[in-house]
Amino acid sequence: MGEVKTIVGGSSGESFFTTKFESLLAWARKYSLFQYPFATACCGMEFFAVASPRYDIARFGAEAPRFSPRQSDVLWVVGTISQRQGPALKRIYEQMAEPKWVVSFGTCASCGGFYDNYTTIPGVDKIIPVDVYIPGCPPRPEAVLDGLMLLMEKIQKGNREPVTVLPKVVPELAQLRGKRALPIAGGGSKEGA
Amino acid sequence: MEPADEILEDDDEALEIPADPMRLNMGPSHPAMHGTIRMVLDLDGETVMNVDVQPGYLHRGFEKSCERGTWAQVFPYVDRLNYVSPMLNNVGFALAVEKLLDVKVPDRCQYYRVILGELARICDHFTCNGASAMELGAFTPFLWLLKVRDWVWDILEKESGARMTHSFARIGGMAAPPTEGFKDDVRAIMPEIRKVVGEAESLLLKNRIFLDRMEGVGKLSKERALALGVTGPVLRSTGVAYDVRKDHPYLVYDRFDFDVPVGTDGDNWDRFMVRTEEIRQSLRIIEQALDQMPDEGPVSIDDPRIMLPEKREVYSTIEATIAHFKLVMEGLKPPKGAVYSFTEAGNGELGFYLVSDGSGTPYRLRVRPPCWFNLQAAREMIMGDMIADIIPTFGSVNMIGGECDR
Amino acid sequence: MSAKVVKKLQSVLGDAILETSSFRGDEEVRVALKDWVRVAQVLRDDPELAMNHWTDLTAVDWPEREVEGQPRFDVLFSVRSFEKKHRIRVKTYVKDGEDVPTLTTVWAGANWAEREVFDMFGIRFAGHRDLRRILMYDEFVGYPLRKDYPIDRVQPLVEYRDADDTLKLPPFGIEEGQPFARVDWEERLAGRDEQVSPSIAVQTGQRRALSDSEIAEAQFAKKPEESAAE
Repeated sequence: MGEVKTIVGGSSGESFFTTKFESLLAWARKYSLFQYPFATACCGMEFFAVASPRYDIARFGAEAPRFSPRQSDVLWVVGTISQRQGPALKRIYEQMAEPKWVVSFGTCASCGGFYDNYTTIPGVDKIIPVDVYIPGCPPRPEAVLDGLMLLMEKIQKGNREPVTVLPKVVPELAQLRGKRALPIAGGGSKEGA
Repeated sequence: MEPADEILEDDDEALEIPADPMRLNMGPSHPAMHGTIRMVLDLDGETVMNVDVQPGYLHRGFEKSCERGTWAQVFPYVDRLNYVSPMLNNVGFALAVEKLLDVKVPDRCQYYRVILGELARICDHFTCNGASAMELGAFTPFLWLLKVRDWVWDILEKESGARMTHSFARIGGMAAPPTEGFKDDVRAIMPEIRKVVGEAESLLLKNRIFLDRMEGVGKLSKERALALGVTGPVLRSTGVAYDVRKDHPYLVYDRFDFDVPVGTDGDNWDRFMVRTEEIRQSLRIIEQALDQMPDEGPVSIDDPRIMLPEKREVYSTIEATIAHFKLVMEGLKPPKGAVYSFTEAGNGELGFYLVSDGSGTPYRLRVRPPCWFNLQAAREMIMGDMIADIIPTFGSVNMIGGECDR
Repeated sequence: MSAKVVKKLQSVLGDAILETSSFRGDEEVRVALKDWVRVAQVLRDDPELAMNHWTDLTAVDWPEREVEGQPRFDVLFSVRSFEKKHRIRVKTYVKDGEDVPTLTTVWAGANWAEREVFDMFGIRFAGHRDLRRILMYDEFVGYPLRKDYPIDRVQPLVEYRDADDTLKLPPFGIEEGQPFARVDWEERLAGRDEQVSPSIAVQTGQRRALSDSEIAEAQFAKKPEESAAE
């Protein structure tokens, strides 16, 4: 079971029981994420790869795709969103029931990528709030799993501040390049990069 | 059933249902529409009377974006056209610019391009067939086929450094020569791929549900397919043996012995089988190419006006530094003129119409997306069928959003 | 592509073929706009040509030609013959606002290609039954592939939310142009420079600094105060 806070009658008026119950609820939620893959473009291919046996997103309890926004908890925005697609995305987001989270998968969904032109939305956060940004064009499945774990951490903590998957330095590779290995950053908010 | 028939016999008007066509909107966010196509259907009961296929939900301004960089800067955009087989697009674009420049890459590079391209084609066909099966509810074959894609991607990653969007081809060659174990790596997965093709066939081809939904559904005639500009597996399934690799050989395809599989009816089943058979033919091509490919020799042309100098020289000699700077900042400058170059991509004839005004920037870059014309024909395949038949039909057309809408 | 096709066309149509060219093995003929459909029909119906496989139709914008009094657009289509395995590209010049007769009556495949050219260049096809926008949405104003359409002029359908929380620079600023482009079409069409990249134009004082960098500078200037306040 997850970490249980032991605040008894804190200043916010929460009792021990509700805090513990919420924690339990968050624990249950984070391990049974039903996802809505809003897959439009290239990143969809990597999304397949994450779902396929080698990377196996089922290990995190997030393998069940639901193509109805009413039944899903996480909206994965996978790929470029054009201006024309914008209203559809916004509507899907609005139809999802609370609590809901949004993961922006890939550079195009996060900021528009190199399609900074007349037709693309420069990041889905221009129209819907985003919880986790996963950079990459497309991101490697490992980065996606990192993003999912960040989201699970957020759900457990009840934190709604947007976070980004940060680059990880593999010490062996860094040595090959002759660079000093940096401490592994587990994630954090944008300015922490 | 019987009682209803009796009523019908008694009174024809008793079961008269108002026959106004119903209008139904399918997509753009529909799991089977690959996220980017909207179909407005007019239905009579479950029969599709009319359909308006609306692409454009993934229009990303490819052609306009290409008009602002150098010729070499187009490669990353090209990767993201058909993102299931980026290597084929890479090679196609490199060949187009090479046609404009009137240069030919060395033999070793041609074989290298063929092998990488055919590996990408295998990925493309596996993904299409797997996704078609998944959309009909067969999830296992999908995972089974996707397994192969990861093997192939491992090789491509080792060669190019990227799993999916490689940007590996260069104008006048490839970014890097083949790695040391390249041939062994490819040879190692070939029997495995062949095994998986057989396994996938045994999973699907005797499946009653799969057969019923594929056979005789989504038919397209030969004449209509040609007039509509359909190419690739969709055209070949109608019985037209048009394959750019055979009819207008580019690279070294004229040195290989391979067949062009064709269908007879142009239905979903034929499209599925043409793709499956093409995987086998691709394997044949790769086998021959591996045997013929020279182990030594350059992979890029030796022309300082086109190729970047070696990094080692850039850092040590002033001539190379200047050449590098000029090529990166100004770009290579092809002569004035326009060419149309075409190759066989995963979905058919991928053409690039390039207009150069003699400067370092493409004046106009038009890509002839095979999906665009294949999808145009989807209307005729769908009309008259049941609404549930749209799913396998659309799946077997293999619409790739990035290429279709650009 | 085949030179035979050009010869045959010249023998059948005579003066209707205004110009022929061959570059890197691509045969191209230019015809007048009034002969557009006639040429297409000959290509399809002549048994020696038998161009039954539709390939492509597109357009090229040459705004500078318009200044010289020439028609602005090239419209071209290419077709091939399945049996004979030859190809040809046919080109015509079109003035801005002029209608091109549709080819959908000859090859059904021209349908979407013509819609796309209409959508991207604003060239109308007379006789096309279903001439709507196809890649862009109906609310979109202007034709994006024309050279004078700035690449970053967006026309959002959904109002952007206030995205300050993401701490990002707005990618599109007040000034419209072609950021990072090597050719500044605004400048070039105004006759100020043949080929100028926006950054060079900023240095030579031809245009203001790019909006992105302005915003970045403004934010950069603000930063020290903020950190002092904290």
